Amino acid sequence: MSLLGDARLVAAKDLRLERRSKVGLAQMLPFALLVLLLFAFALDPDRGVLDRATAGLFWVTVLFTAVLAVQRAFSVEVDDGVMDSLRLSGLAPAAIYLGKVAALVVQLAVLEVVLALGVVVLYHASLEGWPLLLAVAALSTLGIAAVGATYGVVAARLRQSSALLPLLLLPLLAPVLIAATRGSDVALGREAGGGWSWAALLGVFAVAYLGLGAALFRPLLEDT
Amino acid sequence: MTAPAPGSQLAATRVAPNSTGSTATRVLGTASLAGLAALAVFGLAISPSDAKLGETIRILYMHVPTVSVAYLAFVLTAVASAIYLWKRTEFWDLLAASSAEIGVVFFGLTIFNGMMWGKTTWGTYWEWEPRLVTTTVLFITYIGYLVVRTIPTEPRTRGTISAVIGLMAVVNIPITHKAVDWWRGLHQSGTVLGKVDPDMKGSQLFTTYLGLTTFLVLFAWLLIHRFRVAFLAERAAERGLQGAIAERRAEGGPAGGGTRP
Amino acid sequence: MPPASPAVHLRAAVALLGRFPALAGVDLDVDAGEVVLLHGPNGAGKTTVLRVCAGLVPVVDGEAEVLGVDLRANRAAVRRRIGMVGHASGLYAELTVTENIHFWARAAGVGTADGQAALERLEVAHRVWPLPVHALSAGQRRRVAFAAMLARRPELWLLDEPHTGLDAAGRDLVDGLIAEASAAGATVLFASHELERADAVAGRRVHVEGGVAS
Repeated sequence: MSLLGDARLVAAKDLRLERRSKVGLAQMLPFALLVLLLFAFALDPDRGVLDRATAGLFWVTVLFTAVLAVQRAFSVEVDDGVMDSLRLSGLAPAAIYLGKVAALVVQLAVLEVVLALGVVVLYHASLEGWPLLLAVAALSTLGIAAVGATYGVVAARLRQSSALLPLLLLPLLAPVLIAATRGSDVALGREAGGGWSWAALLGVFAVAYLGLGAALFRPLLEDT
Repeated sequence: MTAPAPGSQLAATRVAPNSTGSTATRVLGTASLAGLAALAVFGLAISPSDAKLGETIRILYMHVPTVSVAYLAFVLTAVASAIYLWKRTEFWDLLAASSAEIGVVFFGLTIFNGMMWGKTTWGTYWEWEPRLVTTTVLFITYIGYLVVRTIPTEPRTRGTISAVIGLMAVVNIPITHKAVDWWRGLHQSGTVLGKVDPDMKGSQLFTTYLGLTTFLVLFAWLLIHRFRVAFLAERAAERGLQGAIAERRAEGGPAGGGTRP
Repeated sequence: MPPASPAVHLRAAVALLGRFPALAGVDLDVDAGEVVLLHGPNGAGKTTVLRVCAGLVPVVDGEAEVLGVDLRANRAAVRRRIGMVGHASGLYAELTVTENIHFWARAAGVGTADGQAALERLEVAHRVWPLPVHALSAGQRRRVAFAAMLARRPELWLLDEPHTGLDAAGRDLVDGLIAEASAAGATVLFASHELERADAVAGRRVHVEGGVAS
């Protein structure tokens, strides 16, 4: 089968696993909403602070939840010798990688929609500037998934180090956080300036890490 | 049953040296010391204070070299990582790791430097100033690299994972720079911290280049030593291999051997 | 006419697990269509021999060729032509039998009909097909894993103690499948402790102990 066909096969399998186990629904979404609440507790729903910080808090929450999503995405591959089956399966490692990225993107997208609702309700945000907002969100999500799918294998293999995945993932995603927040702020009219430049930077990030991840997945699959 | 070929990877290594020094390192080490001494003299005494920055420009003579050499170290790590993934020889893995470790140390020095400069210039140890922020984020990134290397796993696994991180991290350097510059650059008036001021002339410029050269030599010296230490550590860990093979075969016992119908 | 290259050719093969020499110089030659039994004490290296042949464990010294492909040059190249049933099921515990078979079959580029035919060949009851794999007994899981391998129609079968966990009917079934595969030209290499039963199927035995084979 083709690379994309195989990737779709893997993505469908991942999403089916997710639908079956409902870890996302039962664990990650409540966690994300909880983080939003905690920020409100910490920053005092004085309209001013939460209002100004909405974009940043949203993206920080997405990042933390993404770490959980990545951990989950790869923990299913560690049990029962499934990793060996994948190696023997005849699937190209790049296809497995792209499939995992696609599944993560879908899960993160669902998360972001729910969080956006949460932010509108809890922080009284209003969502304007659609095109830029969507572009920023889509490209950020792609970048997060691209890096997550690469480091997820590492973390799954070195399972005893549960704090390792955030340590590896989050510094690398720092530019995404900066760009996503700034871009969102411009989209929401909170800030003037080149919102599309931020989107472009996110695009470069996503493309670079998708390419790198696809190329590096083979040695990772083989040796971890 | 056939024994491993004598020329193979498993043939006994030659007797380990009892130090990591050599003619090359002695030359480099002496040159570094001389360079550092000269740098101190030029930096602290001979070169004049700056029209704009006053005496604080003297920190730049160390700051610029440490950050430049750190970047060089990480680029070297990335290149060695890529070659390791291709050739799979231990040399490239150890080179990448040694270079990264030195890079992290130099980054630490850079941050410390920057904080000292900040204390004297702004009065605070920390400002959200592009260079400091970028360096700190990258510093933590590469700390992650070092952490992964401490986790006990098989050599090949460790090598592959480290190589992947080395490559992922280096791609992040320019992207983080851009992001932080756009983010903080707008809020901060231009800072010379980390840049070589093109208006520098005469002994100021000379001192800066002296600093760069000295730290480059210092880096080479540290790298050779660190690499050799890593090499010896691997040899020590592996030293038991021939013995382990013999033991493994001995499991079979004198009566080892099955029947063939 | 020159002799056909052996299905498996290992000469002085050394393989490491970490720094431990699991294989300390293995010689093994298996011709196409042969059925060979690997036997030996626990920890002897039988599983590692199988994993080396599957290209899952790299060989650091010596020669290793499987189905004509040099494993030291590219150990991933042969994988599609190999089938392996190990101790672990290799199945997603949370997906159903049908979903697993469909996934692994399509991953191998085989039709889902072949997957279902394999399940039936392994006599996996239809009533368990919609169940998640974790709800199956160990024996049933073994049968499903076997079916997943069978569907790929591999040229080389690598079986690690294939009779374990199966009832008497299952063991007979596996023996039958091995005989069929060999008759069809596939090569079967399997590790087992059950010498009498295995001898009935195997053409010859190879003793593995202390990381070497004889």
